[in-house]
Amino acid sequence: MLTSTSLAIGYRHPIASGLNLHLRPAEMVCLIGPNGAGKSTLLRTLAGMQPPLAGTVKLGEANLHTLPPLELAKKLAIVLTGRIEAGNLSAYALVTLGRHPYTDWRGTLTPRDEEAVQRAMRLTGSDVLASRPIHELSDGERQRVMIARALAQEPRVLLLDEPTAFLDLPRRVELLQLLKRLSRETRCAILLSTHDLDLALRIADKLWLLSSHGEMHIGIPEELALNGSLARIFHSEGIEFDHASGAFKVHQPACGPLSLHGERDGVATAWTWRALERIGYQVHNNGVRQPVHVDVLDAAHWHLVTPKGQSEHTTLESLLTALQSSNT
Amino acid sequence: MPTPFPKLGLRPWIVALLILILALAFVLSLTLGSVHIPPEQVLRILTGGEPDKASWADVIFKFRLPKAITAMLVGAALSVAGLQMQTLFRNPLADPFILGVSSGASLGVALVVLGAGAGGASAFITGLNVFGDLSLAFAASLGAGAVLGAVLIVSRRVQNTLTLLILGLMFGYLTNAVVSLLIYFSQPERVQAFSLWAAGSFGGVTWNQMRVFFPVIAAGLLVSYVMIKPLNALLLGDDYARSLGLNVRRARFWIILSASLLAGVSTAFCGPIWFVGVAVPHVARSLLNTADHRALLPASLLMGASFALVADVIAQSPGSQFVLPLNVVMSLFGVPIILWIILRQKQLRQSFAS
Repeated sequence: MLTSTSLAIGYRHPIASGLNLHLRPAEMVCLIGPNGAGKSTLLRTLAGMQPPLAGTVKLGEANLHTLPPLELAKKLAIVLTGRIEAGNLSAYALVTLGRHPYTDWRGTLTPRDEEAVQRAMRLTGSDVLASRPIHELSDGERQRVMIARALAQEPRVLLLDEPTAFLDLPRRVELLQLLKRLSRETRCAILLSTHDLDLALRIADKLWLLSSHGEMHIGIPEELALNGSLARIFHSEGIEFDHASGAFKVHQPACGPLSLHGERDGVATAWTWRALERIGYQVHNNGVRQPVHVDVLDAAHWHLVTPKGQSEHTTLESLLTALQSSNT
Repeated sequence: MPTPFPKLGLRPWIVALLILILALAFVLSLTLGSVHIPPEQVLRILTGGEPDKASWADVIFKFRLPKAITAMLVGAALSVAGLQMQTLFRNPLADPFILGVSSGASLGVALVVLGAGAGGASAFITGLNVFGDLSLAFAASLGAGAVLGAVLIVSRRVQNTLTLLILGLMFGYLTNAVVSLLIYFSQPERVQAFSLWAAGSFGGVTWNQMRVFFPVIAAGLLVSYVMIKPLNALLLGDDYARSLGLNVRRARFWIILSASLLAGVSTAFCGPIWFVGVAVPHVARSLLNTADHRALLPASLLMGASFALVADVIAQSPGSQFVLPLNVVMSLFGVPIILWIILRQKQLRQSFAS
């Protein structure tokens, strides 16, 4: 659907070059990378808003950057980052703007246009917001309306620049699930940039990983985790990625090793593990007993052994307090 | 269960109401003045009948009718131009003159009125009766046209709309400086003549001048009507407008052309009329509760025409021989009314929050 060959992007100097990218119908791709890696520049270039420094982008058979703007608008739609300030418009009026490439010079909506608008609003679940003014909508609702506006263009490719940026966690999950469903139901190719690696790993069909050196790694999320690409890219950004859990390591171990014993795969063990890591221990449960040792008896009883002595605890908090005081 | 989707555009009953108000204001402006002519007499004169007093027909045809038509045209023109500029620059304080068109016009007039002495052409100023002079309108048109040309040339090159705004402002300061300089070195009676022009009046357009005035305003309004769809696309900002397939540079060119034509010609014939162009679009937005230009543009047009007519009636101070300066009346009577309408609904911030 959307294909780039040896594409170089940037303003005067290339930020990334030699990009051979491919977006397929009904595919949802997440573009991930640190700030300043050129995610927005790439999206703008793929959207035809900015000329490439080298290479070509093809939309179907046509060169995207020489396509007449009105033709392009019927095939490709965008949702830009940032809050939209369009004045005092109802959600419905805003979505009808998406019909701009199809309507006559007066902007008259034909029944066909109205149908497309209403379908876009139903697909995004924003039909219930139709008569609400957009400045009264929450960020999540507004984002759904903006996606409906883009869908009203009936595009074959939909590009979104950080659509989850202003949303709280439940809204982010909801929005990504919505986009995934849209890609299936409309057979539209969807590319979005995001900072939500955890979510992207779980929901995206494919990841485009752009490093700050302009290297692009492409693959399905699990593959990129397995072959170490994720860990490598984020390592160079100073963040550790944990292969096993598929998440970032947030804590740097500072307090030395600790052995943990408890029921394997038990919930109490897992949360105790997290608590110990959080305060800076390097936790092991390979059977080798360390000078500092914790026994998880059940969800309300812990046994702590330190070089200074032993103690029993009935809450995690008192366990952590005891550990921290034994360190000083 | 089908979800109800709202209807867009201007409701027919609102259009009917606005036209009714305009018709009332029109009759009022023909009726009231230094002499009172009853409405039924006005009607008889307009339909070609004989009024009770023969002189009344003269008053209507020679003075009040051209003045009322001028007021309607200027009110409509400036309101539409103001609306266009506010949307184009996404700025609630933008007015039709923001790109320096009126500064250009006043420079033209200042050069003729104040600088005339150098050429010995003092015949230009025959007492206070400068308004009837076509050469004044010609000079103003020339000045406005020069600025318009400059702005249009720049607008085709500049990518960023904000740059254009700043250029327009700077140009305005520059011409104002030149005008001030001319005033500083001029004789008092010429300064008086100039400030009379600057006070604004609808009374200076003769039937002869109307032949130029009317078609140009009509052309400007026609272009603005065609630009309704691009204006709506621009509501989301330049980037989204481009992604919708709009040629932003070309749309901007035509919007500026139409707004400047409307503002420039109005200024040339009636002097710089402030206030209508800023205020009326806000009132329309506030009362109609929308930013959709399919509703706002025709509503601003009709409201602007009515507002200018009423302001002119007040300026004539009916029953007396005094004539107040138009710009004074507009601000003194208009500001409180419009503040009330806009503050009643707190939409200004939402319409333009950046």
